[in-house]
Amino acid sequence: MSASSLFLCLVGLGLFSFFFGRRRIHKLASGAHGVSQKQHSRDVYHASFLVICATFIPIVLLVVWTGVSPLVIDALLESFLKARANTASLGELNVMIAKTKAYYAGSISAAFIDDTIAEATTYYADLVARSLQARSLAVLLLAIAGAGLGVRKIALRFTARHSVERVAQWIMLVASAIAVLTTVGIVLSLIFETIRFFATVSVSEFLFGLHWSPQIAIREDQAGGSGSFGAIPLFAGTLMITLIAMVVAVPIGLMSAVYLSEYASPRLRGVAKPGIEMLAGIPTVVYGFFAALVVAPFLRDGGADIGLTLSSESALAAGLVMGIMIIPFISSLSDDVINAVPQTLRDGAAALGATHSETIKQVVLPAALPGIVSAILLAISRAIGETMIVVMAAGVAANLTANPFESVTTVTVQIVMLLVGDQEFDSAKTLAAFALGLVLFFITLALNILALYVVNKYREQYD
Amino acid sequence: MNDTTDPKIKIEARGVDVFYGEAQALHGIDLDVNANQVTALIGPSGCGKSTFLRCINRMNDVIDGCRVNGNIAIDGQDIYSSDIDVVELRARVGMVFQKPNPFPKSIYDNVAYGPRIHGLSQSREQLDHIVESSLKRAGLWAEVSDRLSASGTSLSGGQQQRLCIARAIAVSPDVVLMDEPCSALDPIATAVIEELMEELRKDYTIVIVTHSMQQAARISQRTAYFHLGNVVEHGATQQIFTNPKNQQTEAYISGKIG
Repeated sequence: MSASSLFLCLVGLGLFSFFFGRRRIHKLASGAHGVSQKQHSRDVYHASFLVICATFIPIVLLVVWTGVSPLVIDALLESFLKARANTASLGELNVMIAKTKAYYAGSISAAFIDDTIAEATTYYADLVARSLQARSLAVLLLAIAGAGLGVRKIALRFTARHSVERVAQWIMLVASAIAVLTTVGIVLSLIFETIRFFATVSVSEFLFGLHWSPQIAIREDQAGGSGSFGAIPLFAGTLMITLIAMVVAVPIGLMSAVYLSEYASPRLRGVAKPGIEMLAGIPTVVYGFFAALVVAPFLRDGGADIGLTLSSESALAAGLVMGIMIIPFISSLSDDVINAVPQTLRDGAAALGATHSETIKQVVLPAALPGIVSAILLAISRAIGETMIVVMAAGVAANLTANPFESVTTVTVQIVMLLVGDQEFDSAKTLAAFALGLVLFFITLALNILALYVVNKYREQYD
Repeated sequence: MNDTTDPKIKIEARGVDVFYGEAQALHGIDLDVNANQVTALIGPSGCGKSTFLRCINRMNDVIDGCRVNGNIAIDGQDIYSSDIDVVELRARVGMVFQKPNPFPKSIYDNVAYGPRIHGLSQSREQLDHIVESSLKRAGLWAEVSDRLSASGTSLSGGQQQRLCIARAIAVSPDVVLMDEPCSALDPIATAVIEELMEELRKDYTIVIVTHSMQQAARISQRTAYFHLGNVVEHGATQQIFTNPKNQQTEAYISGKIG
């Protein structure tokens, strides 16, 4: 049976178990007499319990089997072909495996295959069919056995309510495990590819090299650079643009947060807060062309008027626009934490004769500081990860410069540049993207941990 | 508890009306508060005693839609006249709140906050002296002298409230207003603060809002009974509690209403 029809069977069995379980407990209850035989759990829990018994484990088995069996079958096919063809070349073996599968699927005609492949195809087809049969059998048997065991457990004093509770808990656990495992998987793949990258490029060259030009000849005879992978210019560019963005966003965001939470009338606040938050809803690509087509030319012309030479793609333009983009992160989060500072603290300061601004400066902001710091760190993470604005407004040339009027590039932009277009998956150029990604990951991870630490250490417990 | 000398009037309220928007919270309050005495304001919840208390240091100013009519004078000076600086007024009229509200700063900085913003000290030594004497008068010095840099919020509830009292008296006010200062405290901490008030009234005029009849009887020299935004009766505490002239007062004190 195919996976979907098997699944449908399980759904049918589940439905049946539900009604069967309900009927059964109902019957037991109607025959009961006296307090000692009072039903422990409501009917619906007994019914749910039976559904879980009948379907939960079979569904897990179905998913796992469907995921794992192709891997096992492929491994078996590979060893079969290895034994038959006695070829040492991995490439040839892979071609044979591909051919076998293609022939099995019917996408190539018999004219293109030799006897070995034909034999392998028979073997492969046999494996697939047996796996499917075994899967159907195992799933259905488990479902029926589970249902049978469940039916035997249903009784008046059976604590079905607690059993269902435990299963619910397990489902939540699985849900959170999926999120965590995905992260772990991504990080592991980053790490492994990075290790492969460092087999061709040394760690010190990558981390401390001053020159970035990842062009690599794809074929031996092709003209092209040998490639150099010094990432310092990228980190310098990222740092500069992030710095410019924060110089714009932190004061503006913080002051607008203070204004909104401490001074603005409720009506103005009701209009202004969503207005600022709308900035966060603008797609970054829109910010990008705003930066490239409006801000950058404006800066260039303005610079020319006062005798400065700005390139038309500059770190300044990208940083300014990125700063605007992250204002809502800082203002909205800070506004929330400022509002969370209890009114009694403000009253306390006012009753001592502090003016409104003194109260804000000396009492409210210090009390809200942990939250504000974590808002800023979050905004920095966002700025570091931002790509689109930089591609459009700051350029792609890896210049190592401290001059914000020149074009620079960032880590994220270079990841994009490395992965667009044709490339081999195992060339150093492609693998460099993983190394850059890993470094970025560690930077944002460190910032997030720092934010958590700050919040936990300096948080005041009100109530 | 009776004072032998004829007391001087410190606060004089005449015809005080307070409106929150359309709703009138106080109706023409006339009340005198004597200097260096504890005056207790009692009455059922929502009767306007806290509102009246907050009129005395103009804390009602910050509430949207709140309007105060009438006259309140401290030492003969109208505190609602236009030439009064609210910031200075609040330095003269300190306040302790229902819930302890120490700033999330060190114990030292909590007490030093008022003197700093009002520029009361010229040197570090002077400030140290103010902090120490305020904490001593609040009866907290012995417990915290070795950890002045610890956070004020790390203290227990009773200690926090005494810290707030120390913070209020550090700016040398004339009047200390207390809005149910013991309602969040256990009986032992309450007893400590009641003792403290008896001590403090030598130097300050104290007005306290309380829901505890026993507390009012124990600590105050004069009592005013508020009901529905009016002062029903006021006079010497002893007289109010033993021989109330008004039936309503008697009913409240004996627990029939409230």
